[in-house]
Amino acid sequence: MPFDYRRAPDPEGAVAAATGWPGVAFLAGGTNLVDHMKLGLAAPDVLVDISRLPLDTVAELPDGGLRIGATVRNADLAAHPVVRRDYPVLARALLSGASGQIRNLATTGGNLLQRTRCVYFQDLTTPCNKREPGTGCSAIGGYTRHHAILGASAHCVATHPSDMAVAMAALDAQVAVLGPAGRRVVPLVELHRLPGEEPHRDTVLSPSDLITSVDLPPLPPGTRSQYRKVRDRASFAFALVSVAAVLRVEDGVVRDARIALGGVAHKPWRARRAEDVLLGSPADEEVFRRAIDAELAGAAPLEGNGFKVPLTRNLAVSALRELSREER
Amino acid sequence: MDGEIELRVDGRRRRLRVDTRTTLLDALRDGIGANAPKKGCDHGQCGACTVLLDGRRAITCLTFAVAHDGTEVTTAEGLADGERLHPVQEAFLERDALQCGFCTPGQVCSAIGVLDEAAAGHPSVVTEDLTGPVELTDDEIRERMSGNLCRCGAYVAIVDAVRDGAR
Repeated sequence: MPFDYRRAPDPEGAVAAATGWPGVAFLAGGTNLVDHMKLGLAAPDVLVDISRLPLDTVAELPDGGLRIGATVRNADLAAHPVVRRDYPVLARALLSGASGQIRNLATTGGNLLQRTRCVYFQDLTTPCNKREPGTGCSAIGGYTRHHAILGASAHCVATHPSDMAVAMAALDAQVAVLGPAGRRVVPLVELHRLPGEEPHRDTVLSPSDLITSVDLPPLPPGTRSQYRKVRDRASFAFALVSVAAVLRVEDGVVRDARIALGGVAHKPWRARRAEDVLLGSPADEEVFRRAIDAELAGAAPLEGNGFKVPLTRNLAVSALRELSREER
Repeated sequence: MDGEIELRVDGRRRRLRVDTRTTLLDALRDGIGANAPKKGCDHGQCGACTVLLDGRRAITCLTFAVAHDGTEVTTAEGLADGERLHPVQEAFLERDALQCGFCTPGQVCSAIGVLDEAAAGHPSVVTEDLTGPVELTDDEIRERMSGNLCRCGAYVAIVDAVRDGAR
């Protein structure tokens, strides 16, 4: 098989080099893509190396927000003074993912575009609609400890593995994309798809669309945020369930609440129903419970992951309780 | 497809020609004979291939050599100053922080990364105050070293060695 490696001089050049090649992939940190090439899950015939593009800076925006370049390393983003001070939910999410020597390679864009760790997706010997459309889903009726309880379909029950993306979903991040037709902005919560009938499509992007940066809007003064994650071992493991919570309480009343759940769906799951219950309500435990229960009313656990429903509830309530206590 | 690259490995300039799909780990071991980084899992899960890239700890099994043209690579072999071992290497010896030794080159490079990151004030997920200085408690060391597995189970002594290395 012919194989081509190209290094792009600039973002426009990267998109041009990728346009018209269905088998193209952008290469940044490589920690997911190279693994997939070894496993036989991915066989790109053109790699466009974007790791040296000038997209590796974090800049403060005039409105008080933050612009994160697509090739900023996960470790550098987590260590950035403004992220640590103003967006602790993001710093903690990043630091709870992978290991130190992987976070030094992995990039912002790559983290968003990493693929599910569903064991069947990663095992070439089993049918998988995400890997080979139309072959069936081996997880349904199989081992589903790590699979979805929200928004799944009869074709796929995989979960999105990122921690960082869950925090960014709660922060209303905006993703800047450069494609063959020009620039556009995709809200992070709309970047990833639910599986529906096309589980092979993780996101709304096409192969020649390049993520160039992610913008975080500023948080109003008094806003607190937190990331909580439960996993099968204490470190270096993907989430069973995670919660990113952003909360602002004034005089005991919730004035802003943004919650995203990880490990429960094919995408970072923004808990809008819970937020609706929280907004304008007293910041107390009964309300927190009612809010997350409203969200989980739509949960459809599988045979092996029913535990995720109470786990998500307890984790979210605990995160909100902690944030509302900090407020006092 | 081949590519021509230049690396600086443990202080020596090395030019080599690699298939563009060659991992940095394979280029170091098979192309240059730098055998300190080990191929454990080859999937980014064990940390045995950890080296320092331009001074920062990184695995080498999930990254292509061609993407690192011009990079300064320090393997465990290049840490010593002549006959004098790096203080972290001394600490591993002193604390008997190994049994078979296969994971040790990666552990040592990772530990040096941990010490640099902590000294720069970079928090970990177990750091209570994200904005304050970092104190390398045993919990911090365990969290920060979690990317390096040891099948012999020398973890207790490895934590001791990293703690000593921080002094």
